[in-house]
Amino acid sequence: MAMNRMRSAFAPPRKGETFELRAGLVSQYAYERKEAIQKTIMAMTLGKDVSALFPDVLKNIATADLDQKKLVYLYLMNYAKSHPDLCILAVNTFVQDAEDPNPLIRALAIRTMGCIRVDKMIDYMEEPLRKTLRDESPYVRKTAAICVAKLFDLNPALCLENGFLETLQEMIGDPNPMVVANSVQALAEIKESAPETNALQINPNTLKKLLMALNECTEWGRVTILSTLAEYKAQDVKEAEHVCERVAPQFQHVNSSVVIAAVKAVFLHMRYLPLETQQSYLKKMAPPLVTLVSSAPEVQYVALRNIDLLLQKQPDILSKEIRVFFCKYNDPPYVKFQKLEIMVRIANDTNLDQLLAELKEYALEVDMDFVRRAVKAIGQVAVKLESASERCVNALLDLINTKVNYVVQEVIVVIKDIFRKYPGYEGIIPTLCKCIDELDEPNARGSLIWIVGEYAEKISNAGDILGGFVDGFAEEFTQTQLQILTAVVKLFLKRPQAAQGLVQKVLNAATAESDNPDIRDRAYIYWRLLSNTSDANAPKNIVLSEKPPITTTIQSLPPALLDRLLGELSTLASVYHKPPEQFVGQGRFGADAVQRAAIEEQMQHAKENPLAAAAAAAAVQGKAPEGQSNMENLLDIDFDGAAPASASEKPSNGLSGLEGLAGTPQRVESPSVGQPTAANNMDDLLGVFGNGSSSTTAPGAPGFGGMSDSDIMNGFASMDLSSSQPPPPQQQLDNASGKKTNEDLLSLF
Amino acid sequence: MLSGILLFNQKGENLIFRAFRPDCRPRLADIFRIQVISNAQVRSPILTLGSTTFSHVKHENIYIVAITKSNANAGIIFEFLYRFVGLGKQYFGKFDEDAVKNNFVLIYELLDEILDFGYPQNTDVDVLKMYITPDNLSSAIRSVSAPSSDTSKITMQATGAQSWRRGDIKYRKNEAFVDVIEDVNLLMSATGTVLRADVTGQIVMRAYLSGTPECKFGLNDQLVVGQVVHGIDGPIGNQDGRKATRAAAGSVTLEDCQFHQCVQLGKFESDRTISFVPPDGEFELMRYRAVENVNLPFKVHAIVREVGTTKVEYSIAVKANYGSKLFATNVVVRIPTPLNTASITERTTQGKAKYEPENNCIVWKIARFVGGSEFVLSAEAHLTSMTNQKAWSRPPLSMTFSLLMFTSSGLLVRYLKVFEKNNYSSVKWVRYMTKAGSYEVRF
Repeated sequence: MAMNRMRSAFAPPRKGETFELRAGLVSQYAYERKEAIQKTIMAMTLGKDVSALFPDVLKNIATADLDQKKLVYLYLMNYAKSHPDLCILAVNTFVQDAEDPNPLIRALAIRTMGCIRVDKMIDYMEEPLRKTLRDESPYVRKTAAICVAKLFDLNPALCLENGFLETLQEMIGDPNPMVVANSVQALAEIKESAPETNALQINPNTLKKLLMALNECTEWGRVTILSTLAEYKAQDVKEAEHVCERVAPQFQHVNSSVVIAAVKAVFLHMRYLPLETQQSYLKKMAPPLVTLVSSAPEVQYVALRNIDLLLQKQPDILSKEIRVFFCKYNDPPYVKFQKLEIMVRIANDTNLDQLLAELKEYALEVDMDFVRRAVKAIGQVAVKLESASERCVNALLDLINTKVNYVVQEVIVVIKDIFRKYPGYEGIIPTLCKCIDELDEPNARGSLIWIVGEYAEKISNAGDILGGFVDGFAEEFTQTQLQILTAVVKLFLKRPQAAQGLVQKVLNAATAESDNPDIRDRAYIYWRLLSNTSDANAPKNIVLSEKPPITTTIQSLPPALLDRLLGELSTLASVYHKPPEQFVGQGRFGADAVQRAAIEEQMQHAKENPLAAAAAAAAVQGKAPEGQSNMENLLDIDFDGAAPASASEKPSNGLSGLEGLAGTPQRVESPSVGQPTAANNMDDLLGVFGNGSSSTTAPGAPGFGGMSDSDIMNGFASMDLSSSQPPPPQQQLDNASGKKTNEDLLSLF
Repeated sequence: MLSGILLFNQKGENLIFRAFRPDCRPRLADIFRIQVISNAQVRSPILTLGSTTFSHVKHENIYIVAITKSNANAGIIFEFLYRFVGLGKQYFGKFDEDAVKNNFVLIYELLDEILDFGYPQNTDVDVLKMYITPDNLSSAIRSVSAPSSDTSKITMQATGAQSWRRGDIKYRKNEAFVDVIEDVNLLMSATGTVLRADVTGQIVMRAYLSGTPECKFGLNDQLVVGQVVHGIDGPIGNQDGRKATRAAAGSVTLEDCQFHQCVQLGKFESDRTISFVPPDGEFELMRYRAVENVNLPFKVHAIVREVGTTKVEYSIAVKANYGSKLFATNVVVRIPTPLNTASITERTTQGKAKYEPENNCIVWKIARFVGGSEFVLSAEAHLTSMTNQKAWSRPPLSMTFSLLMFTSSGLLVRYLKVFEKNNYSSVKWVRYMTKAGSYEVRF
């Protein structure tokens, strides 16, 4: 019966629902009132505005029924902001409840008071909070500890005045482990939002208490304590060793977040230990990490992303465990992709056979995205391990024979990378050239053309192949056009008689018919290079010069970012592999910081020049609100009409909004890409095909560094700028004079 | 930490909305509905939009969503969401849309208790059940006027060092049941090589012991060699007793193990003893993983031929690889068929096979599979012709079964000692079972 009634509340609203509810709330029968409260909460969940019932619900607050009390409290938390004045009526009940003989009720009262973010309530919170912090029941104390964090969020000044922070700091020494954990948690939050309070200080004494509590508190409390330990900087080697020793047993905990937190703490502290101790800890953390991979997919995903980070720092810890990372048929795609990346990272000569067999298997599946990544992984392994290259190439050739369109295309892209590292696979070029008609993606076409250009002297029909591409030059993607241009020039330099007409045609098309600045510019560079009569070797020295082999195609984070992220293990930052400020709208912390900085600046000014300071102050005040309104975040706009409780919060929402909208992590380029692309441009200049995502020059050897210095010198010297006069700028735009240059070129031959 | 917990049904209706911090706005429910539920493209359980991060898991027909606004601990979030699902199951039997709708008051109450200001608190179901009870009327403590001694006892326990056990438990007969349950995972390639074989085991204990007993537990894993076996028989019939004797020599290597929070991890770290004060009733004492010397209970030999574009021929042979005294029950072999299968003809030497079009597979059920025997299924799938011929992905064949008194890892329980100040004698029982985890064979 009751069930049916509840169900019916989910049905479309009937007329006068609010009226009915109100009647129920003021009914003379207790059970009717309770039922009405339940219905009200249900309506609230469905997003209906039942704030009009506030006074009537409030009447039911003084009840002996704990259930009903909880429901009324829940309602209060939701709508207090819309009726701040009426909240005062509830204060009395709260204060009374906070002294109830039943600890559950005391805790409930103090917990709820912290969530009613109304100024009037805050005024009355002080006394109950002080009492409950010293309550005899640990259950109440642990609730009160968190309440301090709530109060600090609302009114930091009040917290500081009453010495609640000091009380919390004392509570780290509480005999009850859960109280310790919650106190630490509250202090950590306060410290994060207001670093200047220096709320959470760890000294040898508190460290001891934390380590004591670690073994006794709940799993969540352990994570809190472990995270705090991870952030703590050990004073000497001995202390670091002690922390590692005490934390390591937590690797065996059943809760994966405890395991990751323990790994993090040990990983950060063991840096100070001797190498062999480090090794033994690394060995110890491997099995628990592997176990994480058999948990629920979402937990697995977080674990895998973290393992990826750990492997970038310590590549060898899991190399024996490659089998666990084999994808299961039912794994969700996000898990599969991550497993692939990890497999490539831990590939070595011993596990190579297993890995290759597995990757080939994946490449035959049907999920296109996954197959492509599997093919790419084969290429990455080939580039990573020289001993593997031959087997990888054979595997890739097998895949070409499947004739599956997207497989073939991806294989071509991957083989191009292999060519960039290892010479000696020219034998397979004819096979590649056979699939030329199947390629329709710019990347794959570009790759094949690059291969043809690079090995033009060994491909007898290179001219015909490129000729076909030149004919359709105008229809190609920019990326492919650039490659056609370079490849034809290479062919011409290698076999001038075969490609004379072709080079003429393509340069013409690229300069006269293309309006893309990249293509035009590159074409002109080549053109002038080729027109240079003084030194016949100059073009060859520049275009065909030996390029340094690429070292890896596996993406790695820059060391500084990696170190930073290792300190963020298990957090969202470690999942996104991005520093937190890139995806967390800087929230109230950021806004506060900006405000503080502005205030400090003003104070500085005031000292130096009172007049200017006044002007600056006026300017800042005038500007600030405007800025805020521009930066509204759609997500943070509050449509329910409740105003934020504290004014200081408003600007924060604004700021965070802008941050957020601009920087959704999925769509933000990882900062690591910046470096490689720069290098790639360099490569492009040298005629290397550069693919922004897959080619990564090692940070140690940026684009230019690879090219030997003498080469550069030779190149420039033989260009002999004085004799080969570049056309003056206006000529470039002039069609007629363009023709003239063409004639020049023709006369060359 | 967590700013709020939201529950949705599949249609995207918001069933539960509980905000823990003021930055969790009602509007966020709409955003999740639009961006995740009605967006088929979503491939990640974590989505950050603006400054808001939605982390969700799906269980039965509901979405459980955590909202965070900071660089929160993703490990905690998912672990917590799964714990919440687990709590739901333990409270309502099943945690789905109906259960949520029928128990929404209780769910709000639970959320209020297990999260404070977005920080997870005690999520132990045994403790929670002491003061959040499904039946509103029966419990004495639900009334405000409950005797304070009761409630303070509860709260002491909810926060104490042994939060999982009451002190005043009494049984007339003291018993402890230990179940060793192993999930054996296999991935075999088409050529018959084992790509991956491992065991994830769990040891579930049901303790009906009085007082505050301290238990010591010993396994035959490599590190406790030389311990004497106390009256508990090991699994019989691992083929020819070969495994059993080897195991008796004490050489099972556990790759990794994890323990219930009652186990003193420090002690395990120092001298590998598993000692604990058990919770009352059923709990999972430990989980472990073994990868060496995995005894595969079934060998599968699959031949699948695609004849032209209209027919697929199957010949699947399954052989039991354990002693003839044992028998596996509920053996089910799922053999995938192409999506355009029209009909199936099949023959089996044992059990029944049936084509299930909705799952695109032939389901072959064998109720009782005696050790050492071998059964064969041969079948033909007739395909309808399709206009655009797409390659068949050939998902792996999978198996489920359960097999008593057999452990794939060879693990056995050496002893379980109970120490209690009253020094009562207790009866202990051990049972072994091997189940299929993900037992997959490619073909």
